[in-house]
Amino acid sequence: MTIASSVSGQPLVDQEHSLHLLHRMLRIRRFEEKSAELYSAMKIRGFLHLYIGEEAVAVGVAEALTADDAVVATYREHGHAMVRGMSMAEIMAEMYGKVGGCSRGRGGSMHLFDAERRLYGGNAIVGGGLPVAVGLALADRLQKKNRVTCCCFGEGAVAEGEFHESMNLAALWQLPVLFVCENNLYAMGTALQLSESVIDLPRKAAAYAVPTATVDGMDVIAVAEAARKASDTVRETGGPFFLECRTYRFRPHSMFDPEFYRSKQEVEGWKQRCPILSLSNRLKERGWLDESALEQLEAEIATEIAEAVDFAEQSAWESVEDLTRFVYSESGVN
Amino acid sequence: MGQQEMRKLTYRDAVREGLREALQKDERVFLMGEDVGRYGGCFAASKDLLEEFGPERIRDTPLSESTFTGAGIGAALGGMRPIVEIMTVNFSLLALDQIMNNAATYLHMSGGLFNVPLVIRMATGGGKQLAAQHSHSLEGWYAHIPGIKVLCPATLEDARGMLWSALLDPDPVLIFEPAVLYPMEGELAVDAGAVEIGKAKLLREGKDLSLISYGSCLHKSLEAAAILAEEGIETDVIDLRTLRPLDEKSFLASVAKTHRALIVDEGWRSGSISAEISARIMEQAFYQLDAPVERICSAEVPMPYAKHMEEAALPQVVSIVETARRMVHG
Repeated sequence: MTIASSVSGQPLVDQEHSLHLLHRMLRIRRFEEKSAELYSAMKIRGFLHLYIGEEAVAVGVAEALTADDAVVATYREHGHAMVRGMSMAEIMAEMYGKVGGCSRGRGGSMHLFDAERRLYGGNAIVGGGLPVAVGLALADRLQKKNRVTCCCFGEGAVAEGEFHESMNLAALWQLPVLFVCENNLYAMGTALQLSESVIDLPRKAAAYAVPTATVDGMDVIAVAEAARKASDTVRETGGPFFLECRTYRFRPHSMFDPEFYRSKQEVEGWKQRCPILSLSNRLKERGWLDESALEQLEAEIATEIAEAVDFAEQSAWESVEDLTRFVYSESGVN
Repeated sequence: MGQQEMRKLTYRDAVREGLREALQKDERVFLMGEDVGRYGGCFAASKDLLEEFGPERIRDTPLSESTFTGAGIGAALGGMRPIVEIMTVNFSLLALDQIMNNAATYLHMSGGLFNVPLVIRMATGGGKQLAAQHSHSLEGWYAHIPGIKVLCPATLEDARGMLWSALLDPDPVLIFEPAVLYPMEGELAVDAGAVEIGKAKLLREGKDLSLISYGSCLHKSLEAAAILAEEGIETDVIDLRTLRPLDEKSFLASVAKTHRALIVDEGWRSGSISAEISARIMEQAFYQLDAPVERICSAEVPMPYAKHMEEAALPQVVSIVETARRMVHG
């Protein structure tokens, strides 16, 4: 598939900002590499869906959001949680299943939540988060709050009825939702062209009169720019926007995937376009980054990860006596 | 109590009054669903509310059950108090993903961070010759799900008063309104208001048999109880009112007195709420029983259209009377 981008090849204009984006992507990459290792060591169980290769999307989109905006993400959401400001420690402890985790170990890798930072999951039903995002935006509209709800989902969700219903409702009621489609070309193991009669995804959103853009999701600078324009449109019009980010997952779908459905050659080809590698190369060419600075960055991240693992190891297991808590609220009238 | 000023109205009027009161009392409350506005609600329960409260708070939705229910969840998370109306329980299956996978799980998955103060109302049950896609009683299914509460108002008082209590609840509450009851007329106190939820109610007292029921079958049970009384068989009639959490104390206390239990449930027998109630009686009151627990449920067929066939499929007064007679006299 060709990468036809409406936004790409953005120039590097700000050293500090570029380094900030690199740092954020690298944090996600190294954190997830450690997570995979800990999965093999059986410290993390259940499903573990890695975002490796797709970091530019979450990092770029986060640049367009304020602390007051909301995010609804999928089961591949470690990166979104981190750019939302959650600590590695509370995410790692969650994946360990410890009570110190952001969801007390009740959710695991697929269900990261943060009330203060307005991260509404970690939704593991494909398409299931879209209606919720529409509702969050409706609440903002009714309460006259000028906020954006950012809803991230994979291209697989486009096949779900809830995608179409949500596009329609958000457009019909003009609700401020930034729909971010992370098109990594495969819905688990099924290629886009094998599941969709029309693979030009913005056309589907456009059919509901939702404005759209497509961006090279391997270029964080381009994603940040496209997301800024998209979120500006949402804030100005109060209506939705559909942003397609063309990206690729370098790792298997989850830890149980022999990858029969795609060739090694294809994966290698995409790895050449690694968002972290390409940004760091551009920064080096520009003279804004050298090896020692990169090493220092890596060292800082390694320390942060080590501390997160330590926190997860030290964190307690929730008492089994508490098993039936959080089925219903423990106090109060709303 | 006898001094209360009463007035005549229908179950539908009572539902509408409950909606109106909620919209008046709390700015965060809004109603959305198919045809709730201009049409006035498919059962006319929201008639004239659009004119009174405007299109921001009385929202006609597209035929997108899953998404407008999910939007209700999102709006609840975002600080509103939505009332989502789904036309009938059969259509609610299109929204089951949102109800089961989101509304019922958010609080638990998030380790207590996010509660969902959402109310979903829908019509349920048969008796109107609407055949196999508009007539089922699936509230017992919903009662299987931890994380939600399931109410079924059978009386005018509950139709009027359960909604406000459901809106005060911090968690998702589903209210099932038996479609056949909307035109039911009765009397209600002029100052009727919110009622307690989560508790069953003893509507008639007797020493010989416990009739345990809810929804439209409650009225059939009361009718049967009156006939049985003429024959000298005195029955307790319990209105469960809430199917989840199930108020087991109420029926266990009744069985301890009468030693016989007959459950009348419009759901299908297999895997039904009546099966759950029966199991709890066996588990907790087995040695109190003088006869096996019995059940009258709907026949295990998709609901037929023809009147005589639908009547044959649904629990009826005559079968309640006959079963009760046999249980008491052998």
